[in-house]
Amino acid sequence: MDIFNLLWLIPALPLCSFLILAIFGSKLSGRAVAIIGCATVGLAALLTIWMGITFLTAPPAGNFYQQTLWVWLNTGGFSPSIALYLDPLSLIFIFVVTFVGFLIHWYSSEFMQGDEGYARFFAYMNLFIFSMLTLVLANNLLLLYLGWEGVGLCSFLLIGFWYRDPVNSYAARKAFIVTRIGDTAMIIGLFLLLSSFNTLNIAEILTKAPGVWSPGSSRAFWAAILLLGGALGKSAQLPLQTWLPDAMAGPTPVSALIHAATMVTAGVYLIARTHVLFELAPVVQLLVAIIGAATLVVAGFSALAQKDIKRVLAYSTISQIGYMFLALGVGAWSAAIFHFMIHAFFKALLFLGAGAVILAMDHEHDMFKMGGLRKKMPVVFWTFLFGSGALAALPLITAGFYSKDQILFFTMASVKGSIWLWLAGIVGAFITSVYTFRMVFVTFFGEQKMQVHYHAKNCIKIPLIILGILSLIAGFIELPHAWGNFAPFSDFLNGALPQVQLISGMESREIILEVITAIIALVGVYAAWVFFLKKPQLAYRFKTAGAGKGIYRFFFEGWMFDRLYDLIFVRPIVWLSKIDRRDFVDRIYGGIGQLNMVLNKSFSRTQNGLLRWYLFGVAFGAALLLTIILFL
Amino acid sequence: MILVDLIIILMLGGFLSWIVSKWSALAARWIAFVAVVIDFILTLILWLGGGSHVNILTRGQWIRDFQLKWIPELGVSFHLALDGLSLVMIALTLFIGGLSILVSWKEIRERIGFFHFNILWLLAGILGVFLSMDLLLFYFFWEVMLVPMFFILGIWGYENRKFASIKFFLFTQLSGLLMLIAILGLYFVHGHQTGTYTFDYFALLETSIPGKLAFWLMCGFLIAFVVKLPALPFHSWLPDAYTQSPTAGSVILAGLMSKTAAYGMLRFVLPLFPDAARTIAPLAILLGVAGILYGAKMAYAQKDLKRLVAFSSLSHMGFIMVGIFSSQALAYQGTVLEMVTHGISISALFIIAGALKARTGTRDMSEMGGFWKQMPAMGGITLIFVLASLGLPGLGNFIAEFLILAGAFQSSVLWAVLATVGLISSMIYSLVILQRIFHGQPQKEGKLVDFSAREFIIMACLIIVIFWLGFFPQKVISTVSPVFDKLEQQMNVSFSPGQRLLQGASEGQVSPEDALRLNRGEPSIVYLRTNTKGGARW
Repeated sequence: MDIFNLLWLIPALPLCSFLILAIFGSKLSGRAVAIIGCATVGLAALLTIWMGITFLTAPPAGNFYQQTLWVWLNTGGFSPSIALYLDPLSLIFIFVVTFVGFLIHWYSSEFMQGDEGYARFFAYMNLFIFSMLTLVLANNLLLLYLGWEGVGLCSFLLIGFWYRDPVNSYAARKAFIVTRIGDTAMIIGLFLLLSSFNTLNIAEILTKAPGVWSPGSSRAFWAAILLLGGALGKSAQLPLQTWLPDAMAGPTPVSALIHAATMVTAGVYLIARTHVLFELAPVVQLLVAIIGAATLVVAGFSALAQKDIKRVLAYSTISQIGYMFLALGVGAWSAAIFHFMIHAFFKALLFLGAGAVILAMDHEHDMFKMGGLRKKMPVVFWTFLFGSGALAALPLITAGFYSKDQILFFTMASVKGSIWLWLAGIVGAFITSVYTFRMVFVTFFGEQKMQVHYHAKNCIKIPLIILGILSLIAGFIELPHAWGNFAPFSDFLNGALPQVQLISGMESREIILEVITAIIALVGVYAAWVFFLKKPQLAYRFKTAGAGKGIYRFFFEGWMFDRLYDLIFVRPIVWLSKIDRRDFVDRIYGGIGQLNMVLNKSFSRTQNGLLRWYLFGVAFGAALLLTIILFL
Repeated sequence: MILVDLIIILMLGGFLSWIVSKWSALAARWIAFVAVVIDFILTLILWLGGGSHVNILTRGQWIRDFQLKWIPELGVSFHLALDGLSLVMIALTLFIGGLSILVSWKEIRERIGFFHFNILWLLAGILGVFLSMDLLLFYFFWEVMLVPMFFILGIWGYENRKFASIKFFLFTQLSGLLMLIAILGLYFVHGHQTGTYTFDYFALLETSIPGKLAFWLMCGFLIAFVVKLPALPFHSWLPDAYTQSPTAGSVILAGLMSKTAAYGMLRFVLPLFPDAARTIAPLAILLGVAGILYGAKMAYAQKDLKRLVAFSSLSHMGFIMVGIFSSQALAYQGTVLEMVTHGISISALFIIAGALKARTGTRDMSEMGGFWKQMPAMGGITLIFVLASLGLPGLGNFIAEFLILAGAFQSSVLWAVLATVGLISSMIYSLVILQRIFHGQPQKEGKLVDFSAREFIIMACLIIVIFWLGFFPQKVISTVSPVFDKLEQQMNVSFSPGQRLLQGASEGQVSPEDALRLNRGEPSIVYLRTNTKGGARW
């Protein structure tokens, strides 16, 4: 039997468990809920791994496998199907979604223990896995959009999971609406593609587009920029990044799964998947790189000023996705996907570790109230350290080094790259390692300020350890070019994505660039050590006095984007909804009605039963008529 | 004959229910319900029995056709006919109609027999509207629909029912009179030209009316429909009527009667007056888009749950206007789907509002909040229909709106884009429903009971249908598509001299220069699609 025939099962499994939990969840015991919720995702992960091995050893014809389940609709030649498409790109994504997703589910079975919405939580999480798999496996953009909106919905539901607190509801609404703005751009892009090709099948569009649109044509430009709009919203890139820090209101496993490892990288997937359109619109592709570069710097500085450990990680996620966009923008497609995978490992790990810390600190999020946890929570500390090392891209021993270094190299070396983009990347790398180790030092070193209330159990420790190991070793599957050209990851992806085009002669400089990146990362760690562990008063003095205070505040509030949007969008809209609450159109009709009533009243007053009044009326009328007849 | 049976069963059921109610209220309810269910089953048999290839513009194979001479001296005949479009609308009518009787099971406690009499006659009127192929007969059913609704609203309505019912009556009655004038105008023009005076739809289709006159006659029809829909400047009766009605009334008003208007535009305005319709299309689309945005804005500002839902309906009717006047087969398909899916989702929201009112005694959302804990099932179901209303893929409404907007995009980019912005605004007000009622801290102490078994059955029916339409809309699409194939062609055939040239010259092929021009991606999107299958589309 061909294993690929079971492809439909991968999304179907979590969908089934969602349905079971949504309908019968309240009647099931907590244990049953956890088993159903985790096991289905685990099975999907096993199936994916099995398929991955088959794909590597005996790839299907044409290097892709397609399974049509049914024709969705068919009208006037437009007939999107519910069909799944497996190729190296989607395989890597479903691997990360199911595998990391499974670890996070497992972790959650302990983390969410005792919550009154336990079944609801797993139902939403399973629905999320289903939607994300649909997004990634869709063979046409309409089905992709279904998954795309589905993950947005799950994000909304899970951010607002603890619905009693209006702050959570607000954060959930904000996330949904801001991403919807991007989605609206995207769906207009879909209309454009549909009207141009009369299909939304991705493979067909990618084959037809270069024949119909010349590079730089305005339709290609609009198609690419509208899709980019969708990607910006989902992946929290400038200028639609503001929802992600607030999304931390959700339970921590949610932040790990949705707002770090998978959903927020959907934008990266979309751009990689439709890369041909972006290549046809070089201006937009450059814009992708610029937005990525700007975002990684902006978010990096914001992360540096946060106190809430989850917000540090949130800004860090925005910043790391900025790197992926940078890679996409310079045409280093596989580098972006590589960083996506490595990032999924270490960022999920960091969130899960932070979750364990938060649980131990009795739901305290402020790092500065923690401290000294190194000895009390050794497993969490060591795994968190591995994750931080990967995030800061510590040279040689962490996976993050290999993925980020590759992006930085291509930013310089690709024909679409430039030194300015590279500089932004380097600045970002420095900031990253500063804020990362600031977080590590403040949380785990120094003196202990709070009692540890909770000790992690195995369901929490094992996922951390697995992800910790991956954060260290996963990078070895893609070594830098100069090192003997061992790059199975990008070789695998080249079946689906084109190779990056290098400026000739750049390979020789790779080693120098690597050394620079490595030094930058280490200097960052040292700076964090000086400012936040050795002499914390230096940092404290900076943020409490003079200009430093203002700068700190500015970064703390995420460059004031929220205030700006509040001023130019939210308030006018709320104002607009408040005026004319009673509907002016209705008042016009009401006015006509009232006019009639007034006329009615005034005329009925003439009917007063007085004979002399009527006589006067008759005489006056007669006189008036005579006048009219005689003189006009 | 079965078409007449459908109507007669309802009318007789109404009488029977009224008579029986003197002895047993329960029996009256059951009689009414069973009458609708029988009709519904008959319709399903018709639907599964055979596909139709009936075209909206030409006499052809009907699924069922029934013609009786009525007043031969005046050329009036009792002509009922069923094609794919009518079939889908009738199925919707009977589905929603049946549920609206179930909804009233506990809510209506006074004058039960008369209530069900009105409901069944109302449904009979709606069925008649969807089936009539004689214009005077159509007008007759149009009025039959109005009176029972007036009673339902005026007798069983909420606190402000008198005002609301009179307002409703005035708006629809006045606009209906304009339609009557237009029908008579058409009748005389046709009689004058051909010598045969008839109200027959197909005879009148062949009338060639001078442009100016055609425009005014079309306006007569259009105003009646636009008021009933309602679209933007004529929506004033809507919030009052929708809010003050008992739940069944709101459901039928919003779910079904508004659809008769959309149906009227598709069946009469476009085929009878294609040129005039094209002239007014930009204005109609403008009103549609304005309605989408204004309705959303008004919905967001409401505190009264039913008013909010009512304005959301105004917003969705905007999509229907855009769909009808975009002159694209894709958009027509979307319009019919929108008529069905909106019928489902708006009914569900009104039923939920009714259930909340029954439990809390208020429609004011500021007195609600935190209901999820006590009523998780109601919360979850509300979530589904809130998502339907905001157009989440997987639910039927998405497919409908996608097709409408994708079609509109091909005829006018600007308006399509503005209408798409409505997707953002619909999200904003839709989330308000969910979050204000079910999220937050519990506002009121006291016990709230979740959905009862009866309510669960109602909601389950609606949920199944809305998901079915979301994932398997093809059944509806293939039922109605033959109806629209020709219509699109006619609407686009002579849009502008240049296009006619293009079309005549190459049957859907684009000349090299145009291909080049479009290749450069010039924004003007023109109607180049001539044959629906495999034609060039740019």
